[in-house]
Amino acid sequence: MRWIWIDKFVAFDSGKCASAIKNVTLAEEHLHDHFPGFPMMPETLMIEAMAQTAGILVGQAMDFKEKVILAKIRKAVFHDFVRPGDTIRLDAQIESITQEAAGTTGRITRDGQPIAEVDLMFSHIDQNLAGKTFPKENFVFTGMFESLVRDIIAGGAPAESEHR
Amino acid sequence: MAMSRDDVFKEVQEVLVDALGVDDDEVTLDATLMGDLGAESIDFLDIVFRLEKAFGIKIPREELFPAESMMNNPEFVKNGKLTELGLRELREKVPHTDITEFQNDPDINKLGDLFTVGAIVNYVDSKLNAA
Repeated sequence: MRWIWIDKFVAFDSGKCASAIKNVTLAEEHLHDHFPGFPMMPETLMIEAMAQTAGILVGQAMDFKEKVILAKIRKAVFHDFVRPGDTIRLDAQIESITQEAAGTTGRITRDGQPIAEVDLMFSHIDQNLAGKTFPKENFVFTGMFESLVRDIIAGGAPAESEHR
Repeated sequence: MAMSRDDVFKEVQEVLVDALGVDDDEVTLDATLMGDLGAESIDFLDIVFRLEKAFGIKIPREELFPAESMMNNPEFVKNGKLTELGLRELREKVPHTDITEFQNDPDINKLGDLFTVGAIVNYVDSKLNAA
């Protein structure tokens, strides 16, 4: 099973930008330790949420054929706490994409208020310059992540379900 | 875009400060990216992306940092050193880099030392003037 850390995509413009949301709940066990009496979403997990949002955007741009691996956190600046009950929105944009890598910029907001800026680099690891080889099967995109975007890329699926 | 070499240097400096998390005063023309500024392989791509954005130029794959792709070619590398052919290829690929000293002992472990801040400034400068 894959660990999915965003709840759904709310916008997806292939090869350009994507927006996802995550609801933060006190049912997440780590919040009881981080911190006792003052639960707040760890900043590292905000980076993970952005890595998934931007990583899926980058993966989809190459039709999920490449193994997209987080290679570098180019920037991570945090402006406010995220607490249980909050819904955060993750907006990711592809800044550059080439055969071997991609650079993304991202903003995290809550009710339009800035929470964080997270810029990332992803590597398409089969295209690495060192010529290293990796297992053939795509262990990054196994189907779980793709299912998150299937509806929004097909367009209209969420709207259809509203009519039912 | 009329930019003096000094302007180019200042912009390159800013790019490297952001990409590598180093201080302004560490980014001198002689500083090597790997040895002095601690760049790793993924940083090179990051730098390329940032330079493209900062200067509004397109940097073709391998044009600025071509050496890594030469490493796996046995015609270019023998016993950990660049061959004559390898040196010729390198000279052709990096006209903006001074390899005079490197030629005397073309140990591939020292290739990283060729990538200096000055070489990036030369490259961007030539790119802007050609446009």
